[in-house]
Amino acid sequence: MTILVQKKQLVIPGELVAQGEYEPDLNVYKDGENIYSTMIGFFEYQGSRISVVPLKHCYFPFVDDIIIGKITDVGMSGWYVDINSPYSAMLPVTEFGARQNYSRKRVTTESLSVGDLVKAKIIAFDRSRDPLLSARDRELGKITRGRMIKITPSKIPRLIGKEGSMINLLKKESACSLSVGQNGIVLVTCNSPKNEEVVVELIKMIEHEAHTQGLTDRVSEVINRKLRGVKTGKA
Amino acid sequence: MSTTPHSSEILTLERDHIIDLASKGKRIDNRAPMDYREIKIQTGIIEKANGSAQVDIGQTKVIVGVKIQAGTPFPDTPNEGVQTVNAEFTPLAHPTFELGPPQENSIELSRIVDRNLRESKAIDLTKLCIVPGKKTFVVFIDLNMLDHYGNLIDASTYAALSALLTSKLNEYEVKHDELIIKDNQQPLPMNDYPIPITFAKIGKTLMLDPNIQEEHAMSARLTVGIDNEDCVCAMQKGGLGGFEPSEIESAVETAIQKSKEIRKLIIEATR
Amino acid sequence: MIDDKGLRLDGRRPDELRSIKLQVGVLHNANGSAYIEQGKNKIIVGVYGPREIHPKHLIISDRAAIRCRYRMAPFSTDERKHPAPSRREVEISKVIREALEPSVLSEYYPRTVIDIFIEALQCDGGTRCASIVAASLALADAGIPLKELVSSCSVGKVKGHVIVDLYDLEDKYGEADLPIALMPNHNLVTLIQMDGKLSKEEFDKAFNMALEGCRKISNLQNDALKRKYKLESDTETSKDSKEEVK
Repeated sequence: MTILVQKKQLVIPGELVAQGEYEPDLNVYKDGENIYSTMIGFFEYQGSRISVVPLKHCYFPFVDDIIIGKITDVGMSGWYVDINSPYSAMLPVTEFGARQNYSRKRVTTESLSVGDLVKAKIIAFDRSRDPLLSARDRELGKITRGRMIKITPSKIPRLIGKEGSMINLLKKESACSLSVGQNGIVLVTCNSPKNEEVVVELIKMIEHEAHTQGLTDRVSEVINRKLRGVKTGKA
Repeated sequence: MSTTPHSSEILTLERDHIIDLASKGKRIDNRAPMDYREIKIQTGIIEKANGSAQVDIGQTKVIVGVKIQAGTPFPDTPNEGVQTVNAEFTPLAHPTFELGPPQENSIELSRIVDRNLRESKAIDLTKLCIVPGKKTFVVFIDLNMLDHYGNLIDASTYAALSALLTSKLNEYEVKHDELIIKDNQQPLPMNDYPIPITFAKIGKTLMLDPNIQEEHAMSARLTVGIDNEDCVCAMQKGGLGGFEPSEIESAVETAIQKSKEIRKLIIEATR
Repeated sequence: MIDDKGLRLDGRRPDELRSIKLQVGVLHNANGSAYIEQGKNKIIVGVYGPREIHPKHLIISDRAAIRCRYRMAPFSTDERKHPAPSRREVEISKVIREALEPSVLSEYYPRTVIDIFIEALQCDGGTRCASIVAASLALADAGIPLKELVSSCSVGKVKGHVIVDLYDLEDKYGEADLPIALMPNHNLVTLIQMDGKLSKEEFDKAFNMALEGCRKISNLQNDALKRKYKLESDTETSKDSKEEVK
């Protein structure tokens, strides 16, 4: 059993990353004894589980994911939602808004119209149907203000950080509200345009350098410099 | 735009069965892996055409008509005749063939047949010039699928060859710039021609002359054209899979042997 | 076409490829893209997908469909080419798609489509091979899961000599043309076409030369991808270069 590549090393499709009794996890495939990468990305392994974290990929929906999507059309019983995925999702009228008298429910553009953003949860998706959404829970629903940023979905965990450490750091230091969808969409709402710019820059930096060491330190350094106005020499 | 076709034509059970049989060297119609179905060749069936032939391979039926008419030569070959091949996947041949302009399968087939004839100079185009640079004979080869039960490539090519080998060209005279067609006929001048042999890869096994069920179960097909001197003259891979280099080498060897048998049949039928 | 030193009209040896330049990620809008220059060939490929498929009747329930269009720009050849799709372009679109299909892990994205758009901006022989080389890179650039990249190369025969990577003149006046595409790790030939005349021995020689050419080009493809994505700020350099786990 051999691992042929260093952790966090850049690998490409078809590159042999390991041989032997390993368990192929994300973005790798096993052919006989050989495990190959299927994507351009960074090699990772934990115990005997081998993965590649892709640089670029599209969002593949999973049930229970919280996503941010854009309304693209109004249908008979709900809204069609672009969730930044090759699968277009559906938000039924019965899954939107606070509990109401269902007999009076109908799709109206007073609640959601084309072009609106909505935060919702995926409640159903399998190989035979498009994703089904629900926006009934408390933090879900129409998003009324903010700036939308798209990042590669695989970088979202790094943006959130261990137990929310990274995202909470950004929220606290910038006094901005940050809403994160598993589908790679981030909503930034700030009172200060200057802070908003810094937060966007930080999000892009985290996306770009998610695989590196010392990222939290570098993020803190930028926060110190740009948000706290602290003049630093080398910390 | 070329798009992945649907693979819905066959039941999974049926496909798995065909693949399983193939791994044991067997086929659903009890043929050996390297056997063709029965080949029937009829020539001279369309009197209004200069030449014609129908080839049946098993239940696959293709009819080819050859029409030879006066036309203009191509500017870069002013002293040669013109050859043009067209294939019609007529809707009566298969439930999935639709009306309309030729789709990619039809275009691919006609180009395979065309190349088979063109590169080997099967038709002696140099003998078809009427007035150099101005008038020449155009040989129209029209392939009509009548019943698609697998291996249209071989059936179409054998029919085209049989039709051409029995085609007659009227004698002519050019008098004061006018072309006068006479009643006497001569055979269309032909040279050596390659015989195509088509393989299907089913599971890990190569088989010859796939019938339609085998075509739905195969991962890829390979057509190899061999001429009278055992030279490779044409090749075309099709399908969503691939071949290992050793499979290609072995296919060439088999094609060299098999083409001799088919050539005999065609020579017999066009005597 | 081959002189007494054994050199071809453009000065190459029989087994020498034209100079190849590869660039990945050259277009902004396409999800993935690549550009190839091989001799005078200049071809750009854009990939969109996986994305929603229209019209719906093309949907395949258990995998992504692949849609491929090869098109020659009207100014790409010596004589202007009519913009309407020719039968040759239709056939080439099909064989290119079939060359790439075995490398794509299309089962990961059922009911979607992966669009491959190939624009040949200047053509000088072997464009279907160059297109496959670039299209494979574009697919990887788009984040589409692949078993590996597909490489492609042609061989032919001129004045009885077997030569690799024909350019237009050699293709027109030579005695054989044999383009192939190869998935090197799997040793799988995913495209093979041939017209001309080759004895069995010549065929064997040519075929092996083509496989060798594909392997060389495969290395160039891998380099191009790594070059594009190597980040300056580098990663945790670990203590050991390899780990052995018993």
